[in-house]
Amino acid sequence: MIRALVFLLVCVLNHSVSGQEFAADVTTVPVQKPIVIGSKSFNEGRLLGEILAQRLELAGFTVTRKFGLAGTLIAFEALRGAEIDLYSEYTGTLSQVILKLEDKAPKIDEMNRLLAKDQLQMLGSFGFNNTYAISLKESQAIELGITKLSELKTHPQLRMAFSHEFLNREDGWPGLNKTYQIGGKPTGIEHALAYQAIDEGKTDITDAYSTDGDLARYHLAVLEDDKGYFPEYFAAPLVRSDLPVGAIEALGSLAGRMDDDRMRALNAEVVIEGKSFAEVAQKFLKDEGLGESTIAENELWQNLITNTITHLELTAIALTLGCLFGLSTGILVFRSQNISRVVVYIAGLLQTIPSLALLALMIPLFGIGKEPAIIALFLYSILPILRNTITALVTIDPVLKRVAEAIGLTRRQQLWHILLPLAMPNILAGVKTAAVISIGTATLAAFVGAGGLGEPIITGLNLNNTDLILQGAIPAACLAILVELLFEYLERLLVKPHMLQGQLPQ
Amino acid sequence: MADASVDLLNIVKSYGDQTVVNDVSLQLAGDLTTALVGESGSGKSTLLQIINGLVVPDSGRIKLNGEFLDYDNIAMLRRTMGYAVQGGGLFPHLTVEENVTLMARIEKWSTIEIADRYRYLLDLLELPLEFSSRYPHSLSGGQQQRVSLCRAMMLNPRLMLLDEPFSALDPITRATIHHEFIRLQAAESRSILLVTHDMAEAIKLAQYLVILKDGQIVQQGKLEDVSNAPANDYVKRLFQIRNEAYPND
Repeated sequence: MIRALVFLLVCVLNHSVSGQEFAADVTTVPVQKPIVIGSKSFNEGRLLGEILAQRLELAGFTVTRKFGLAGTLIAFEALRGAEIDLYSEYTGTLSQVILKLEDKAPKIDEMNRLLAKDQLQMLGSFGFNNTYAISLKESQAIELGITKLSELKTHPQLRMAFSHEFLNREDGWPGLNKTYQIGGKPTGIEHALAYQAIDEGKTDITDAYSTDGDLARYHLAVLEDDKGYFPEYFAAPLVRSDLPVGAIEALGSLAGRMDDDRMRALNAEVVIEGKSFAEVAQKFLKDEGLGESTIAENELWQNLITNTITHLELTAIALTLGCLFGLSTGILVFRSQNISRVVVYIAGLLQTIPSLALLALMIPLFGIGKEPAIIALFLYSILPILRNTITALVTIDPVLKRVAEAIGLTRRQQLWHILLPLAMPNILAGVKTAAVISIGTATLAAFVGAGGLGEPIITGLNLNNTDLILQGAIPAACLAILVELLFEYLERLLVKPHMLQGQLPQ
Repeated sequence: MADASVDLLNIVKSYGDQTVVNDVSLQLAGDLTTALVGESGSGKSTLLQIINGLVVPDSGRIKLNGEFLDYDNIAMLRRTMGYAVQGGGLFPHLTVEENVTLMARIEKWSTIEIADRYRYLLDLLELPLEFSSRYPHSLSGGQQQRVSLCRAMMLNPRLMLLDEPFSALDPITRATIHHEFIRLQAAESRSILLVTHDMAEAIKLAQYLVILKDGQIVQQGKLEDVSNAPANDYVKRLFQIRNEAYPND
């Protein structure tokens, strides 16, 4: 939630609203088993995903789109686990990150030999090389007179902010620094925000993709890789080998149809002209003579309702599980101080795992989609509920506990008639905290293909489209407020007013 | 009503190095009010909680009505022992009526039985029926204490265990409740064990005295006997302090 709000704030402050609509992730009614297409969360990945999807639809297949997966590992693991049937990957990423090869110009045939054991293969490349590029403002490059990466080390005053993935990948900053001896301490930044940060002079240098539509939009110069450091990143469909032959042929027909300029132009149509992924993909396929696909009308309210319902579903299921588990565990352990401490400690540890990391950890266990998201949200909801339950039960006036026992209530009766009602305000507060956290964190569920209000937020961030971000952020904020109100009502229903003000008898 | 008998033999209870109850033997029988008198730390409250099983002694045996205290069935046994504490110990989330009738409802008494007993007790302790729907926090200390006595007597217990029930009250309120307590003893005779640090209260309300110091019984006996022949200077002193505080009693 905080993350989302910060992004929102940055975008609202820095950018005019562009009137563009969100491309619906269309799910057609499955005739036979639909082909599931994934994509990573950045724009080019989504656009290629959409092109692949429409190509398959034109070839008569039913497809399901699971776009916006967060990062290479999530997408690849989803593919390997047959959660998705294909997504668009880059040769360099496949070679370095997944297959751990040293090769800077990997051959698809060679990699396919290694992929065969996982029943995977990479099809023919689209034709463009979207390698990493290090970019800075054109004006600044001219002023300083730098055109090559090897000149960078003579300008230590330049501030660097790289995307998190680039900062940590062996073929990213660590290798780049080794090759060019640049030095300095780059900071991490969300890729979608980096260009704006440069535009506003908050930083000077960032990593870019050479086919980024944003390069033209923000008037950025790309420094020449004069030592040939960056490997090749040709994009190609990475597919499961058990796809129908017809599908593989249809996808193969896209090979070699885009060079760098073509891809940059397509990206720019999305980022600068504000067209939807579906529109751009449709136009591309038509221009290539591959047929004209029909794209569903983008229904703002329909999307809003679908996303909100999904969001509520994720939160409600996770919270119910969290309540059941947190309450029962709290009740079981509160009489032992030592066990309580251990249990709260473990729940606290879960809370310290960053939400995206936790979501990623769930993928090998539960695949992608709603399950991992629900499990992750459930794990996050445990701590506030459990801790409040234990604290509330432990801190009840010992005299009242003694009296409850002494007048002849059994343990269960003590719990039901005395302890739980007395602990109720505190327990409810814990559940409320968990609910609000869940609603915020559930926006990240879109990264693992679970949908929800995070869907428009993530797409909007990538497109720098405030409208889209607001389509997710506003309903999410409304839900959070609604939850507050709901719990106020519940409190009034379950707790006597004087118990809320802490007015206990002397 | 049948009397309750309590029989304690060689009871010892320690917390860490500190022995709170040190080899106490005590027999109580008959519808008497027995006062357990002692200063704080004398072990009097612990002794009370040993009788209703809230505290388990390290050694010694406890018989209740001729039978060893059955800890497996302790909740049921406690329902035969009324219990009230300093401050009342009323449950803040329950109304006056809910507090008093809680155990009767759990014991599945009929609505009529509950209503009859409840009205009788409220009347006995001069509590207006309008208090029924009020919550404890809106009552005065004395009113809360009376409600707490009603609760202790609701199930008609043979034995009442009262742990300094009147200590937190101001002197005037305390005098009034003492008066009602005496009326209550007359109305429903039963065995009452009253823990108090106040000798004046003990003299006023009890017929039998047990004087405790440092976890041991210093003297026990009928009120007149102890008063006429204090066993040692400590007991003598307790009576003196009482006389200084209430010279006109």
